[in-house]
Amino acid sequence: MEKINVSMKVNGKEESLKVEPRTLLVHALREHLEYTGAHIGCSSSHCGACTIDMNGKSVKSCTVFAPQAEGAEILTVEGIGSPDKLHALQEMFKEHHGLQCGYCTPGMIMRSYRFLQENPNPTEEEVRFGISGNLCRCTGYQNIVKSIMAAASKIRDEANVEKKEIA
Amino acid sequence: MIPSAFTFYKPDNIEKAVSLMSDFGDEARVIAGGHSLIPVMKQRLTDIKHLIDLSGINEIKGIEITGNQISIGAMTTQVELINNEELFKKAPVIREASLQIADPQVRNLGTIGGNVANGDPANDMPGLMQLLDATYKLSGINGVREVKARDFYEGAYFTAREDDEILISISFEAPSGGYAYEKQKRKIGDYATAAAGVIIKVENNKCSSASIALTNLSDTPVYCDKAVDILVGKEIDNNLLDQVTKACVDLSDPVADQRGPVEFKKYVAGIVIKKALNRAIERS
Repeated sequence: MEKINVSMKVNGKEESLKVEPRTLLVHALREHLEYTGAHIGCSSSHCGACTIDMNGKSVKSCTVFAPQAEGAEILTVEGIGSPDKLHALQEMFKEHHGLQCGYCTPGMIMRSYRFLQENPNPTEEEVRFGISGNLCRCTGYQNIVKSIMAAASKIRDEANVEKKEIA
Repeated sequence: MIPSAFTFYKPDNIEKAVSLMSDFGDEARVIAGGHSLIPVMKQRLTDIKHLIDLSGINEIKGIEITGNQISIGAMTTQVELINNEELFKKAPVIREASLQIADPQVRNLGTIGGNVANGDPANDMPGLMQLLDATYKLSGINGVREVKARDFYEGAYFTAREDDEILISISFEAPSGGYAYEKQKRKIGDYATAAAGVIIKVENNKCSSASIALTNLSDTPVYCDKAVDILVGKEIDNNLLDQVTKACVDLSDPVADQRGPVEFKKYVAGIVIKKALNRAIERS
């Protein structure tokens, strides 16, 4: 089958690649562009390990064909923090032990990243509903929810400090 | 899991999309949100040679409300349905049902058009559209025609849609009265073991109008006309609701699968129907 060109912006960088139309976005990211943050768990739209941000929305990148992402703005877990300066979510997952094997973590972080913008001051129940498309087989979710609640509070505090500094 | 190879098209208007569908016949399929289609393509349960992406067609996106008349473009996502305050005011049952579909990521891409046109008896929107007595607009090589949601479904994955036709919009009148969409599922993200939608108008404890539809309890959605006939015009009491529930369950025809045997599904159906009736009456 003939390959086609697909261009997208990944973590702020313009990328283009030549793929067969049947190439799934998660494979395009991991194998063609070497952003291996998004994981392949079930490959059947259930587990959420492949969750990324596409045009400001959380999506499961195993259930999008690469050409459907033509022109899209993509954000993967590599794009939200660095080893020297972790994102509040990454820091809180570390502090509250929000992972055990870590396989679901990039998906959990990327879904929480968008969820906390949709709802910056959530209840625990809202967090659980917000991450209901992400499965974790280790933690029983307890510490994941704790980590997200702590990150929410940290992000709100930081925003308040910034507001005061501006004032 | 990788699907078999296909060519990809992204037309920017509906005429081009219909013309592609007409050229390729049953070798072509349209893709909306893709969350029903891509999984079956990966499992190679379907053979699609030409995939036509509808996301570039702006004329079939968005929600239009004029007075009590509501029209929803086929490419409107479930999240857009949930977040639209005007739609919530006019037809709150849509938000209640949409929030019970799949999970947040899936609702971000899943569309109302894909959900109703796919013909999967497990999808929630077909039953919901029968509940609302919605009309589907289909665009084909011979022009546009309308089909009632209550006449659209013929069997699992078989609908009144012709090979060259694309569902472009859904319209219905804002319902009045109480509403409920009750769904029993094994976990978030699962399809219904049984689900029921109810809309009911009650005046002086008498039912003046009603609508009831079921999801995943037959090879098509089930509009419960016989149960509605029992309900309308009557004084509401528990005995009447039990009769109505039984009439609905009698209209269901579930198959045994991983969600349970037929007897269990009929039992669960009775529970969700009764719950939906009670909640809708409370809200009326």
